Amino acid sequence: MSILVDKETKVLVQGFTGAHGTFHSEQAIAYGTKVVGGVTPGRGGDTHLGLPVFDTMEQARAATHADATVIYVPPPGAADAIIEAIAAETPLIICITEGIPVQDMLRVRVALDRSKSLLVGPNCPGVITPDACKIGIMPGQIHRRGGVGIVSRSGTLTYEAVAQTSDLGLGQSTCVGIGGDPIKGMDFIDVLERFVADPETDSMIIIGEIGGVSEIEAAQFLRDSRTKKPVVGLVAGITAPPGRRMGHAGAVISGGEETAEAKIEAMRVAGIHIAPSPAEMGRTLLSLLKG
Amino acid sequence: MNIHEYQAKALLKRYGMNVPPGVVVHSPGEARDAAKTLPGSVFVVKAQIHAGGRGAGHFLGESSGGGVRLVKTPEEAKAAAYDMLDRTLVTRQTGPAGRVVRRLYVEAGCAIDRELYLSLLIDRVARRITVVASDAGGMSIEDVAEKTPERIYKVPVDPALGLSDYQSRDIAVKIGLTGQLIREFVQVMRAAYTAFTTLDAALVEINPLVVTKEGTLLALDAKMGFDDNGLFRHKEIEELRDPNEEDPREREAARFGLSYVGLEGTIGCMVNGAGLAMATMDIIHSEGESPANFLDVGGGASRERVGAAFRILLGDPSVEGVLVNIFGGIMRCDIIAEAVISACREVGLKTPLVVRLAGTKVEEGLKMIEESGLDAIVAEDLGDAARKIVAAVRSRRAA
Repeated sequence: MSILVDKETKVLVQGFTGAHGTFHSEQAIAYGTKVVGGVTPGRGGDTHLGLPVFDTMEQARAATHADATVIYVPPPGAADAIIEAIAAETPLIICITEGIPVQDMLRVRVALDRSKSLLVGPNCPGVITPDACKIGIMPGQIHRRGGVGIVSRSGTLTYEAVAQTSDLGLGQSTCVGIGGDPIKGMDFIDVLERFVADPETDSMIIIGEIGGVSEIEAAQFLRDSRTKKPVVGLVAGITAPPGRRMGHAGAVISGGEETAEAKIEAMRVAGIHIAPSPAEMGRTLLSLLKG
Repeated sequence: MNIHEYQAKALLKRYGMNVPPGVVVHSPGEARDAAKTLPGSVFVVKAQIHAGGRGAGHFLGESSGGGVRLVKTPEEAKAAAYDMLDRTLVTRQTGPAGRVVRRLYVEAGCAIDRELYLSLLIDRVARRITVVASDAGGMSIEDVAEKTPERIYKVPVDPALGLSDYQSRDIAVKIGLTGQLIREFVQVMRAAYTAFTTLDAALVEINPLVVTKEGTLLALDAKMGFDDNGLFRHKEIEELRDPNEEDPREREAARFGLSYVGLEGTIGCMVNGAGLAMATMDIIHSEGESPANFLDVGGGASRERVGAAFRILLGDPSVEGVLVNIFGGIMRCDIIAEAVISACREVGLKTPLVVRLAGTKVEEGLKMIEESGLDAIVAEDLGDAARKIVAAVRSRRAA
């Protein structure tokens, strides 16, 4: 087993026929992901990449019984696309779109909290279980099936952790990019509780950054879980000046608990092993697994 | 994105907020004329910069006289304007460099009975728009939170219900308002909440909200900030942008859709992805040098965008060396390589350059750099890249 997705996961694509939707669907299909169709309003009945196109998520879900959907819809319509996927009772919704207005995400949260759907993102690379299912924009070829569960607020920093663990022969069980926005779907804890329970995940890497307090909550969760699985942590933004937004909408220090130092300290206290540098995530974990 | 006080007041007034009458001016003569048109016998001349603490601030090279002046005649307004315009105001929020004052707001004065605090913001933990109010107005809310946290009230608003008037009445009572002022406070809250939600604001702050001696509520100062992600549907807000308040490097970067933050160090960084960009800054720091900037070229950056990023780095006089760190996902390393090579040829590479490429099309990218004859140092991985750029900058400095 792995978490969230496996090789049986049937995936829809919202924003299927657009440039991003097309490119990343091709990549996902080539990787072996079971893409079963997509939604582009007004293009219902067409065939794209050899797969059916639907006008609405309700039609798409009824016809394909898909387990998951991935959203490449541009920011003005992205929140609506998420709410449409929730209304269609899609179990897993992964939103890649960067730049959704935060007040739109407040409305999404209302719909999400009343539903059974899980949302990953927005503003994230997606979810991958190596050699089984790739949903999102991550480069498939750097991954390798293994035991490390990776959860991160950053896309390219996740790739960094993936490459390091692949090079050392560890490999990954599942990688989840939860995204860089302040209001989002699954947070660290939602992913970590699944990693803790997942028999295929033998260790974890958690990659946080400045802004918000969810790394501190995650550290407390891991301490209370009493998990025996080793965990390596990294928090980006030690050198970020307070009050400045560092690229991600959610990456801004607006209080004492939101600094990298405070988060690193909370992780240390919880028994998480802090990687001495972003280049040392894999080696730090390897030494724990050997020890 | 932030706007000036006078702009925030104009927006809030449109939604029903009671604000003092005022006129924005750019010269001492205009300040005098503005005062003539305003009611009453006391006027306030206020420096318009995007930073708080103006009243307690000082002008560079002067020990007295802050950025907010009380005057009694139009001629005094003119003299105050002459004192402030085109001079640098330093406050606790501007840093020691301060900001040049280019606009003033001349307002009718009022007789203050009490000062209150009111703000609306997005609480990311509660996932709600949250109202923050206090009976301790007129001072920094951070100070109030530290010294007398019991005087701060926070009320979250359910996004499905919106703000209810009863919530406003509850807050009014808690901050000590009585009688007719409770009803007036409901109006203030409706105006602030409607402006916040209609305009995709990230912050509305009224500090102080005053009770006048005449017994009415008045927004004496106002600050608004906006969600950058929401600006695409508010062109009129985008037009309020004041380029003088922004770092020219950041302005240039924004033109090309790059995410850039200027810093104090000497190593210029070009990275894809915000998290990796921060991590790159951190690793430079742990190797003993400091980053000159945060620069995220984004996931699907074009040749033009990468070229612009590189020109901004090479054009920055404080940059002693450049580190390019790309982990290609959507971003292809061959595109990065081509853009780096052509930007170096165009601008002329005068500082050490370390390039680390990984991910999609990495072999093609590295081959292009190698064959270009460019004086670039290629790094194996992130740690190697940081060590190499630090070594290169230091040996250049020693030479």
